[in-house]
Amino acid sequence: MSSTIAAQDAPQLDVEKIRADFPILGREVNGHPLVYLDSANTSQKPQQVLEAMWQHYAVHNGNVSRSVHTVGTEATEAYEGARARLAAFIGAPSADEVVFTRNSTEAINLVAYAFLAANVTAEGDPRFRLGPGDEVVISEMEHHSNIVPWQLLCQRTGATLRWLGITDDGRLDETDLDEIITDRTRLVSFVHMSNILGTINDPRRIVARAGEVGAFVMMDSSQSVPHAPMDVSTLGADFIAFTGHKMCGPTGIGALWGRGDLLAAMPPFLGGGSMIESVRMERSTFAAPPTRFEAGTPPIAQAVGLGAAVDYLSELGMAAVRRHEQQITAYALDALATVPGLRIFGPPTPEGRGGIISFDLEGIHPHDVGQVLDARGVEVRVGHHCAQPTCRRFGVSSMTRASFYLHTTQAEVDSLVEGLEQVRKVFG
Amino acid sequence: MQLDELYQEIILDHWKHPRGKGLRAPYDAETHHLNPTCGDEITVRVRLDGDRVEYSYDGMGCSISQAAASVLYELVDGKPLAEATKVHDAFTELVGGRGTVEPDEELLGDGVAFAGVAKYPARVKCALLAWMALKDAVARADGTVDGGGA
Repeated sequence: MSSTIAAQDAPQLDVEKIRADFPILGREVNGHPLVYLDSANTSQKPQQVLEAMWQHYAVHNGNVSRSVHTVGTEATEAYEGARARLAAFIGAPSADEVVFTRNSTEAINLVAYAFLAANVTAEGDPRFRLGPGDEVVISEMEHHSNIVPWQLLCQRTGATLRWLGITDDGRLDETDLDEIITDRTRLVSFVHMSNILGTINDPRRIVARAGEVGAFVMMDSSQSVPHAPMDVSTLGADFIAFTGHKMCGPTGIGALWGRGDLLAAMPPFLGGGSMIESVRMERSTFAAPPTRFEAGTPPIAQAVGLGAAVDYLSELGMAAVRRHEQQITAYALDALATVPGLRIFGPPTPEGRGGIISFDLEGIHPHDVGQVLDARGVEVRVGHHCAQPTCRRFGVSSMTRASFYLHTTQAEVDSLVEGLEQVRKVFG
Repeated sequence: MQLDELYQEIILDHWKHPRGKGLRAPYDAETHHLNPTCGDEITVRVRLDGDRVEYSYDGMGCSISQAAASVLYELVDGKPLAEATKVHDAFTELVGGRGTVEPDEELLGDGVAFAGVAKYPARVKCALLAWMALKDAVARADGTVDGGGA
């Protein structure tokens, strides 16, 4: 996905038909129909995903990669089949480049720990060594999951953490890119689509600069993979992290995609069963990626569910999903602009922006905004959205965030706007 | 409407017109508490003058957390420590009681308005923010806890 992605030619989604696939959208909250505007936090699940997981447990349940019996073989095929479909979904050249993790956070930590482990073992690959004088570059618009692992890594290795700022319009500030990404930079890790500003970052300049100085590029794609076409073969990144539960799949499963040669050079992450080649009392040798990074019994049913989610999204077409969300976002930006005292954070126009809109209602705390909206069945997220530095950049401690997905309607945006009028009445 | 139970007039009034807001000196102990899920912040100063509690505060956050800090001022500032402790215990019991505790209006004054908060588990922390900061500050001023930032 780039900011210039052409989704205009994609077919229009049949939103009413899609909504019928999501059982939860039929429920009420506080006596009102559920208006779920918190998909960036976690997405709802279509019946197809719930059914696939139920079928797995009901009919095919066994442990993977170690059983000769029929159900174990079926479970293994389902688990590896999900990996293959996920790889195809993001344009990975090989399923072996997709490592299942618990979530995006674990995927990012996995790469951070590869650096740490390479530093303390004699056979560590020099490309992953890090020490005083080396630098890791992130940005000010990161989720905490793409800040804290690098802070810890830098503290533990003596490397220095640097970051790109944010413009007043909520875009990544690339004006001093060449001063921040330098020969000292070993890794640049930045968010593809901001979970709080909705900004979609075009990676091209960063990728080009990182290439000049020989730094790895990692992208936190937690908010981009679920909402637009992804092709890692043309993205330019070396690693991406994303999570299943934000893309119609279950919680407890995410993925790291990494270039095959880099994954092969990385030391193990967690040690235990499955990730080994041979274990002796003195020492062990390890399996090839992705197995090397998947110690213990993995989230099997969750992988099956994620595979079903990939099928569901693929059938609709990610360009069509993106187009729908662009339309809803444009509608919502206009609608929210009519609310007195409302300040939108992030890009003011739909260009280079995803279906996430954070805002402030003058003089009213987001907790109170969210509470009144919830009383009307409108579910938004309030708080710092695990992006405290971004909040601080815009001079607030928290924001109210509405986020959209393939099932969001204009009527739901209208419910949000009406709810905000009620908020202003209560706290006026 | 359910919401009226939470946002009672008394609470909105304290939110719009906070009583005694602003930090004062001298003080024996200062604590700074924050709610990591929403970023609400409160700073509390305490001076123990004999057995009397002097309480001042400043903060930013939602209506519930800021109104609770204001109600606290009305209830404990200048009161004997024993009485302040009694009020504190009654308030935390009320707010943590999930709607099962019958509030003592004589003891809690405007604090009874927070009975509705007890039914919203996500907001209990908001209501208790200043109260916990006070408890912490009293313990430090009292010497039962070593000084230093919270």
